[in-house]
Amino acid sequence: MLSFQLTDEQQSLLSMVQKFCVSEIDPVIGSFEEKEEFSKIIFKKMAELSLMGMMTPETYSGAGLDFSTYALVLEEISFHSLAVAVSLAVTGLPQNIIGTFGNEEQKQKYLMLLAQGKKLGAFSLTEPQSGSDSAALKTKAIREGNYYILNGTKCFVTNAGEADIYLVLARTSEDKKKGISAFIVEKDMAGFMFGKKEHKMALQCSPTMELIFKDCKVPKENLVGKEGEGFAIAMRALDSGRITIAASAVGLARRAFEEAKNYSKIRVQFGKPISQFQAIQTMLSEMAMTIEASRLLVQKAAFLRDQKMPYSKEASMAKTLASDTAMKVTTDAVQVFGGNGYCQDYPVERLMREAKVLQIVEGTNQIQRMIIAKEILQ
Amino acid sequence: MMTKEHELLRETVRHFSEKEIKPFAREIDETEGFRSEIFKKIGELGLLGVTVPSQYGGGDMDVLGATIVMEEFGRVCASTALSYLAHSILCVHNLHANGNEFQKKKYLPDLCSGKKLGAMGMTEPGYGSDAIGLETKAIKEGKFYHLTGRKMFITNGTVAQTFVIYARTGKEREVSSFIVEKDFPGFSVGKKLSKLGMRGSPTSELILEDCRVPEENLLGKLHQGLPQMKKTLDVERITISGISLGIAQAALEDSLAYAKDRKQFKTPIIEFQLVQKMLADMYTWLQAARTLTYEAARLSATGKPLSAMASACKVFSAEIATQASLHAIQILGGYGYCKDYNVERYLRDAKLMEIGAGTSEVQRIIIAKELSKLGLH
Repeated sequence: MLSFQLTDEQQSLLSMVQKFCVSEIDPVIGSFEEKEEFSKIIFKKMAELSLMGMMTPETYSGAGLDFSTYALVLEEISFHSLAVAVSLAVTGLPQNIIGTFGNEEQKQKYLMLLAQGKKLGAFSLTEPQSGSDSAALKTKAIREGNYYILNGTKCFVTNAGEADIYLVLARTSEDKKKGISAFIVEKDMAGFMFGKKEHKMALQCSPTMELIFKDCKVPKENLVGKEGEGFAIAMRALDSGRITIAASAVGLARRAFEEAKNYSKIRVQFGKPISQFQAIQTMLSEMAMTIEASRLLVQKAAFLRDQKMPYSKEASMAKTLASDTAMKVTTDAVQVFGGNGYCQDYPVERLMREAKVLQIVEGTNQIQRMIIAKEILQ
Repeated sequence: MMTKEHELLRETVRHFSEKEIKPFAREIDETEGFRSEIFKKIGELGLLGVTVPSQYGGGDMDVLGATIVMEEFGRVCASTALSYLAHSILCVHNLHANGNEFQKKKYLPDLCSGKKLGAMGMTEPGYGSDAIGLETKAIKEGKFYHLTGRKMFITNGTVAQTFVIYARTGKEREVSSFIVEKDFPGFSVGKKLSKLGMRGSPTSELILEDCRVPEENLLGKLHQGLPQMKKTLDVERITISGISLGIAQAALEDSLAYAKDRKQFKTPIIEFQLVQKMLADMYTWLQAARTLTYEAARLSATGKPLSAMASACKVFSAEIATQASLHAIQILGGYGYCKDYNVERYLRDAKLMEIGAGTSEVQRIIIAKELSKLGLH
């Protein structure tokens, strides 16, 4: 039987997370946004609460949660700050990869530190000329003795600069997909530098930067899986990543919905609260419907993953529906607020700016639709 | 009707905008830097009073002409276009349409030359969509009206010298408009608002504390502020649609250029149907919005009922501008989300078009009301 009921453990975890967000994120996140500064302190506190390695097994210092629960927690955090949720999801990506494909040594050396939150992780696939066509990446990794020598430029790397451990995809042979391998690169390895910091439309406290590799020497032990397995590894990781983005989109949309709902009850025009007007009611009910549908799809994708069943199609569907929903809901939330919504004294314009990135990251929604079509036409 | 004159006007304004505005557009947005020298130059072009007769220094153009100017400014810098609209339509056009000869001679030449900048104040903190509920009061004492109240979301609030202000002069629908100068005693400008977009167009509160306005500055007739306002708003809604068209045009131009240039899977992305759909939709929306807007502009010259058409072009153009900007970001992908490209600015600017000059919800109410009252006409 399907159940929509949370377990007692899930409930108590979510209520703990909610309290944490209210007391530790809400009061400070605005100033980090303004200063365009990564909120280290929040991540330090999340580490104390074992939130940095939610998906990593307890044997490697993680919390060992299932994906459904992980998605619920990300949704809640995103309700308070998408920037924090995204950075958290991104530090989960290398954990997922090392946990699934890494060897014991790599798990001992890197996975535990990431799961404990002592180190922050990042994931780097995209390059200036290879976005949607990610397999066209050009960064080279050439084996020389006990090292791989990396050369190339990566871009749009979330957590860059702040992260200590980078899961980097680079080319070890000419074959488009089977010539790509995955490497663990540490921040201070020689030849690894940071390029330009991107000025984005939103998420100013979640750094996005270029990575530059100039004869960067990576020990051969840091190859994850075998040579040539990198692209498959990245795609598997992105399937999971899509669920995390979808969950974050639901949290963001819920926030915009709550803000709009509350405002519509207080704002009086023509002698009554604007919530009494059908034009506003239509927007609010559309928001509620589409958020609910997105949330169910996210939970279904997470459920399939937890059951070790194929979930790639559902992950893409959830990501696309939830992020399209977040965009529409946040845009309408600004509309409900009217002129006030356009001003930065109110939170909804920020939510709208933030939502747009969700239709782009982890594979644009165009790419998702191609993936879905491929699956359903198989 | 699009005449040779209109085409020449577009050519002139396009050339001017490319040269004098476009190079600064990003900086204007990033620094919230209103550039008064641009307005001086628009003045030299003779367009600051675009709809006003030349005898007052105006450009002698019709509503279509004004819309074309908005479109061209909006294409390169929506902030500049918005400030220009507040000046040239909300203040200058309003003043010309409703003012007496003395007022026109006194105020229009300086406003048309760019010596002074104009603005209009109607909205209040508690009265947005319900604008006619406004609470600002004007009480006559001797030869002065004393104005008291607060005005909200005033475009050009911090940079204008001449304001048209609406205030209550009697009972429920008895509202009048006044010409208020910045240095009248009791007039002050509140804080500048930090906005999602249109950041180069300063928006602020105005505070009127027993502000003394000479009786000869009553604009139009006493208690006739609302019908006067309605007329100006119809023109505002048509001309502001030009800004939406300009943004949508820019979004399409940038998307097209990028889609032809950007290669993924060894193919320019314009060859993918997903991208083609977005471009084709943007084009279709833009052409439909432009045709609708120009038709409304044409109608404005006939004296026929105008409100439904004015609101129709306003709401449609605004919504397609936002949608086109969203598409543009999507086509540019990660780059579109970054400030090195302009499309994220288009989205931030476009959203105002669905809120300012009457929200989309209000436009739909107006359309339905006019249809209910006059039928299809």
